Amino acid sequence: MTALTLAKSLNAGLRRAMEDDPKVVIMGEDIGRLGGVFRVTDGLQKDFGEDRVIDTPLAESGIVGTAIGLALRGYRPICEIQFDGFVYPAYDQIVSQVAKMRFRSQGRLAVPMVIRIPFGGGIGAVEHHSESPEAYFAHTAGLKVVACASPGDAYWMIQQCVASDDPVIFLEPKRRYYEKAEVDTEATEAPYPLFASRVVRDGTDAVLLAYGPMVKTCLEAAQAAAEEGKNLAVVDLRTLSPLDLDPVYELVRRTGRVVTVHEAPITGGLGAELATRITEECFYSLQAPVRRVGGFDTPYPPARAEEDFLPDLDRILDAVDRVLAY
Amino acid sequence: MTEGTFGAPAGEPDLVQLLTPEGERCEHPDYAFDLDDEAIRGFYRDMVLTRRIDAEAIALQRQGELGIWASLLGQEAAQIGSGRAVRQQDFIFPTYREHGVAWCRGVDPLALISLFRGVDHGGWDPADVNFHLYTIVIGAQTLHATGYAMGMQRDGCVGTGDPERDAAVLAYFGDGASAQGDVNESFIWSAVFNTPTVYFLQNNQWAISAPQERQSRIPLYRRAAGFGFPGVRVDGNDVLASYAVTKAALQQARDGGGPTLIEAFTYRMGAHTTTDDPTRYRLQDELEHWKLKDPLARVKAYLTRNALIDDAFLSDLDTEADDLAAHVRAGTLAMPEPDLAATFDRVYAEMTPELRAQQEWFREYHASFHPSGQAADGGAPHAEVTR
Repeated sequence: MTALTLAKSLNAGLRRAMEDDPKVVIMGEDIGRLGGVFRVTDGLQKDFGEDRVIDTPLAESGIVGTAIGLALRGYRPICEIQFDGFVYPAYDQIVSQVAKMRFRSQGRLAVPMVIRIPFGGGIGAVEHHSESPEAYFAHTAGLKVVACASPGDAYWMIQQCVASDDPVIFLEPKRRYYEKAEVDTEATEAPYPLFASRVVRDGTDAVLLAYGPMVKTCLEAAQAAAEEGKNLAVVDLRTLSPLDLDPVYELVRRTGRVVTVHEAPITGGLGAELATRITEECFYSLQAPVRRVGGFDTPYPPARAEEDFLPDLDRILDAVDRVLAY
Repeated sequence: MTEGTFGAPAGEPDLVQLLTPEGERCEHPDYAFDLDDEAIRGFYRDMVLTRRIDAEAIALQRQGELGIWASLLGQEAAQIGSGRAVRQQDFIFPTYREHGVAWCRGVDPLALISLFRGVDHGGWDPADVNFHLYTIVIGAQTLHATGYAMGMQRDGCVGTGDPERDAAVLAYFGDGASAQGDVNESFIWSAVFNTPTVYFLQNNQWAISAPQERQSRIPLYRRAAGFGFPGVRVDGNDVLASYAVTKAALQQARDGGGPTLIEAFTYRMGAHTTTDDPTRYRLQDELEHWKLKDPLARVKAYLTRNALIDDAFLSDLDTEADDLAAHVRAGTLAMPEPDLAATFDRVYAEMTPELRAQQEWFREYHASFHPSGQAADGGAPHAEVTR
C-alpha cells in the first residue's frame, strides 16, 4: 500500500494501462512535456514516447475526432479534455460519433476509448473551468459515464475503463486531485467492478447519494450529523450511466429517506433521475419525498461566489432535516 | 446570383484536365493518365452503372420507397476516377453521396439504399471493403480519417517502400463542409503529424442552396497552402484527370509525403437531396452550361471517336444497367423491416441492465399486439405490409 494523491493514482493507473496494452495511446493538450495542467500524465511521454503520449493541437473536436479514427484502426485512445468547460467544442464528436458508432454499424465497429474530463468547481477558477456536464453525457445512449471519488478508485477505474470495449466518459473531481489515500498498486485485480455503486457509509436514518467531489462532502456531512445523533448512509454512485441502484434501493427500503447531492444544476440533473427511479421502485418504503441538493439553475458563478453555489455541509444537512421532518 | 459559379473554365492553368469536354485527350505538365484504353472503357462502364443506380434510387424515392436520396448525378467522374485510384489496403471515409466510390469498393448498392430507405444506418461492413460508413454530420469524418491515418503511421504502413504495405486514407467531403471546424481541424492535424491523408473535396458548387461563394473567398484548393500542404484543382468531370491526380496524391501519402487537398471542380446536376428544389436557388442556364461538360458524354465521345466501343458494347452495357436497376428495385422492395428490439443489442459491447430491461419490456409489449406470437421472436412484424 502506498499513500497517493488522486492525481498520482490516475498517473499510476494510466501507466499500468499503457504497459499492459501497447495499443493504448493518450492524447490531449499539454499532456506531454508539461504532464498535463494537473500533472496527471506527468512523465508518461518521457517513458512511452511521443507516438503514444501525443501532444495535440489545441482543438477539442480534433482530439476526440482523431481518437475515433485511431480506435477504428485498433488503438485504444485516452483523450484528455483539459477542463470540463472545454468539452463542448467536442460535443458533436462525442454524442453523434463516438456514442453512435457501434449502433449505426450494427455492432460491427467499436470505438473503445476513454474521454477524461476534470470536472466540478471549488478551486477558485475563472469561468468555464468549474462545470459539471455529466447529465449531457449520461443522457446519451452509447456512452458510459463514470466518476471517481477516491485515489483507489481513480487508480483502478481508469484501467477498467481503458479495458472496456465501450466508450467511457471518465470524470475526475478536480478539487480532489491532491487528496491522499492508501492505494494498493501491487494488487493484480481491481477490488470492485467498474459499473457498480458502493455504500461507503452505512446508516439507518437517511441515505445520501453522491458521486465525484461530493462523496467526501457527504461523508463529512454524515460525520457532522452523527454528532447530532443522526445516522446517515452514504453511497458513492461511481457509475452515472449505467446507474447501479440495487444497493441504493436496499438502503431506501431500510431508511425511507433519501437526499441526492451533486454540484450540477438541479433541473434535469442526475438527482432528478435518481429521485424518479427511487420513487418508481420504492414508493411504499418512502417516508418523505426524495430531496435534491445541487447547484442552482444559473451558469457557474464567479469563483468568489462559488462557496454559496456549491452544496456544502449545511445545505446537505438542511435537506436531511427536511426529509427527517416527515 | 449564379454568376461566378461557372468558374474555372477549361484551359484555366490551375485546373488539371486530361480529357476535354469534347472528348479529346490533352496533356498536363504534372499529371499523366497511365492506364490503357481498356481501363477507360471500364471507367465508362462504372459511370454508366452508377448513374443508373442513382436514377433508380431517385425513382424509388419518388414512388415513396425511400425516405430520401442524395443524388450523385454529375459527379460520376470525380467519384469513379478517385475511387479507382485507391489500393486495397487504403481506407476511405466518405460523406453520404459517394455512391460511385462505394461502387469501386464493391459495396452492393442495396447496402447504400437501406440507409436511405430507413432500414439501417448503413448495411456494409467497413472492415470488409475498407470503406467507412456514410457520415451525415458534415465533415465529421475528416477527423476520423486523420486519426485512422495516424494509426497507419503507428502500424508502420507508411514510407516503407513496400507497395503491398504502404497505405493511405482518402477522405471525401464537399464545398459546404469546407467551412466546418472539423474539416479545418483535420487539415491542421494531418499537416502537423504529416499523416497519409488525401482529401478529396467534391466542389459541386452548391451546399444545398448556398453557393460556393458563401463558403470561401478563394478557390477551395488554395486553402491547403494555409495549412502547409499542397492543394490541386482537378476537372471533376474528367475521370482521367480525377484518377491521375488522386493516384499521385495517394502515392505521395503512402510514401510519407503527407497530405494533399484535391478539389474536384464539378457540378451537382440534381437536387442536394430529393427533398429540395434547385429551381428555387439556381438558374436553368447554369445547369445547361454544365450539361455541356457532362462527365459521361466526354468519355463516350473519346471512346467512340477512337473506335474503342461499338454498338454491341453499348447495348450490352444498357442491358447490364437494366439488370442492375432491376436488382436495386427488387432488392429494395424485398428489404425486411428492421426489428427495433434487435437494435438494443447494438448500443454497447456490454449491455446495461437498464437497457436490457427496456428491451424485454418492449418485446413483451409488442408481442401483446400479436397474440399469435408472430413478433414475439423478434422477427419482422410489418414485413408482410411492404412485400
